[in-house]
Amino acid sequence: MARTLLDKVWEAHTVRTLPSGQTQLLIGLHLIHEVTTPQAFQMLKELKLKVRMPERTFGTLDHIIPTADQSRPYADPEAEEMAQHMYRNMKDFNLQLFDMSTGKQGIVHVIGPELGLTQPGMTIACGDSHTSTHGAVGAIAFGIGTTQVRDVLATQCLAMAKPKLRQVRVEGSLARGVYAKDVILWIINQLGVKGGVGYAYEYAGPVIERMTMEERLTVCNMSIEGGARCGYVNPDQTTIDYLRGKPYAPSGDAFERATRWWLGGVATEPGASFDDVKRIDGARIEPVVTWGINPEMSVGVSQSIPSPEAQPEAERPTFREALAHMGFQAGQPIKGAKIDVAFVGSCTNGRLSDLRIAAEIARKGKVAKHVRALIVPGSQQVAKAAEAEGLHEIFQAAGFQWRKAGCSMCLGMNDDKLRGREMSASSSNRNFIGRQGSPTGRTLLMSPAMVAAAAIAGEVADVREILR
Amino acid sequence: MTTDFKRRQITGRGIPVTGNDIDTDRIIPARFLKAVVFEGLGEHAFEDARKQNPEHPFNSPAYRGASVLVVGQNFGCGSSREHAPQALMRWGIRAIVGGSFGEIFAGNCVMLGMPCLRASQQDIEWLQREIGRSPQASITVDVEKQEVRLGDRVIKASMPDGPRNQLVNGTWDSTSVLLEAGAAIEATAGRLPYVKGF
Repeated sequence: MARTLLDKVWEAHTVRTLPSGQTQLLIGLHLIHEVTTPQAFQMLKELKLKVRMPERTFGTLDHIIPTADQSRPYADPEAEEMAQHMYRNMKDFNLQLFDMSTGKQGIVHVIGPELGLTQPGMTIACGDSHTSTHGAVGAIAFGIGTTQVRDVLATQCLAMAKPKLRQVRVEGSLARGVYAKDVILWIINQLGVKGGVGYAYEYAGPVIERMTMEERLTVCNMSIEGGARCGYVNPDQTTIDYLRGKPYAPSGDAFERATRWWLGGVATEPGASFDDVKRIDGARIEPVVTWGINPEMSVGVSQSIPSPEAQPEAERPTFREALAHMGFQAGQPIKGAKIDVAFVGSCTNGRLSDLRIAAEIARKGKVAKHVRALIVPGSQQVAKAAEAEGLHEIFQAAGFQWRKAGCSMCLGMNDDKLRGREMSASSSNRNFIGRQGSPTGRTLLMSPAMVAAAAIAGEVADVREILR
Repeated sequence: MTTDFKRRQITGRGIPVTGNDIDTDRIIPARFLKAVVFEGLGEHAFEDARKQNPEHPFNSPAYRGASVLVVGQNFGCGSSREHAPQALMRWGIRAIVGGSFGEIFAGNCVMLGMPCLRASQQDIEWLQREIGRSPQASITVDVEKQEVRLGDRVIKASMPDGPRNQLVNGTWDSTSVLLEAGAAIEATAGRLPYVKGF
C-alpha cells in the first residue's frame, strides 16, 4: 500500500510502543532557545541526567534579545539573566550555541532551515509552537512544552500519539500581489483555528508545488494557528536545490545519496490515502487581513468585517469580544483601517524574500508620519544578505527602522512592544489580545507586502493597487 | 511509581471561564515568561484579562479554592508555553473540562499530571451555569470512567487513550518511562540515514 511521508517518518523513528499505547518517538533534531529551556535544564540537573545526544541539539537566542542595542549586559535585567542561563546551560551540557558572535544567530525557525540543520525525513522538536515551520523541507516537526524539552534532552524521545493526516490542496494559481502568507491565512480562514485539531497537514497541489522554499516555510509556520499538530510539504527538486551547499546539509556524493532517500524514501508515494482531503482554490485568494483576535478572523482586503449575527450561535460571543477589542463595527471595510505601527519580521515572514518584497513596496513611498515602522530580519545571515543588496538603505530612506535579528514585536518579549491601544499591521502570526506586548494593543496580520503598503498609506491598503 | 502519581479522579469546586479560542497568551502574557523558574506564576494567571474585566471568574472570591476549570472550545490554543498550565496549576487548578483543547496545551497538562477532558457543548454550558449558580458544589472529574459528576447528574467526558492511561496508571512523569527503552533509543537512531551518515 502506498504510504505517506508521515507514515514513513513515524515508523522510522518509532523506538517502541509505550504501555499507554503512545509511541516512543525518536527526535532527530532538537532546537532550543533561551525562554523555554532554563526550567528543563534545571530539572535535568536535579535528576542528575545528561543530554542524551548533545550532537543532535542546537541552540540560539531569539525571544528576549533586543534588536536595537545588543551590547551586554542587556538593558533589561531579566533578559540578561535569561541569556546568562542559556550560555551557562549550553556550556555545562556541551551543546552548540549560535549566538551573536557566530554570525549565525537568529529566530530558531529561520536558522534551522538556513543552516541546513533541518532536513527531509527528520523528526524535529523545539519548545516553541512554530516548530511546524520546519515541515516545509519535508520533516515532521513538533512544538513542545518545557517538561517535554526535558524529555528530549534526557532521552532524545517524546511520548506521542500519531496524528491523523489531512491533505490540504491549493489548486490553480495565485494572482499578482497574493503571497504565501495570504495562502495560509486563507486556509485558516476556511478550515478554522480549531479545524486542524487531531491532524497533521500535508500541503500539496500546484500552488504549493510552485512555491519557493521560503514561501513553503511561511505556510508550514502557521499550521499551528490552524490547530494542526504539524504541517509539511513533500520534498521535491525545490527542496534539493534549497539544501544543496547549506553548511549542515550533506555534501558531495553524500548529498546525492541523501537526495535519493529524500525523494524516494521520505516523500508521500503516489496513490497514498489520507484521513481527509480539503481543496482550496488559489485563484480566489486575495490579499488577506485579519480583523479580530484569532487568525481565523480575517477577510480579503476588498471585503468588510463580518457580523456576529452571521455566525453560529456558539461563536457569537467571541466575535463580539473581537469587535469590542479591535474597536471595529460589523460591516466596516477593512481597507482604510488606520494603523499606528508596522512590523515586518518574525519566523513567519522574516526571511530574505520577505524583505525583498517589502523593499519593493518601500521604494514607492515614505512611511506615513504617524506610523512607527520596524523591519526586523529573521537572522544575522538574513540581515547580512539584505544589507549586501542594499535593502536596509531602501527601508531607511523610506522611514523604516532597520533592526537586528530576533523575535521582536511578534510577541513583545524585548523592548519592541505596542503602546496602549496602538494598531499594528504585522507580518507575524498571532493577533491574540495582548500578543504584541501591550494588553490593549491591536494586531492586523497580513503579508510583508501589505504591511509595507499599510506603513506608507498609514492605513490598511490594497497592495495590488501599488503593484499595478 | 507510587500511588501519588495516579490521577484516577479529581474532586473539588468548579470555576467557569466562558468563551472559545482562549489562547495561552491570554492565560499567561509573554512578559511573565521572562523568568527562569515557574514559581510564582499562579498569581498571574489571566492577569490582563482580570485587569480588564473585574467580573473575571479568577477575580471572584466565590471561586477561590476551586480546582476544576470548565472552559469552551479550543482552550489553550496558540503558543506552546508550558507557563500556561503551570500558572493554572499553581493557582490551584487540578483538572480541566472543556469543549476542546489546543493540542500542545493539552499535552503540557498531561506532563504536569493535569487531565483535560472533552465534553459536549451542551454539557459544558450546563456545567458552567450550574457552577455559577452554586460555586460551593463539589464536582468529580473521573478520568478512569471518563465522566464528570455534579450533584446527581453524570456527564460523559472523554480524553484520548494514551494520556488517559498515563494519568490513570501514574506514568505521566514520562522521563523515567522513556529512559526504560535503554539502548533501543541509540539502535533506532543508528538506523536513520541522516544519523548514521548518507
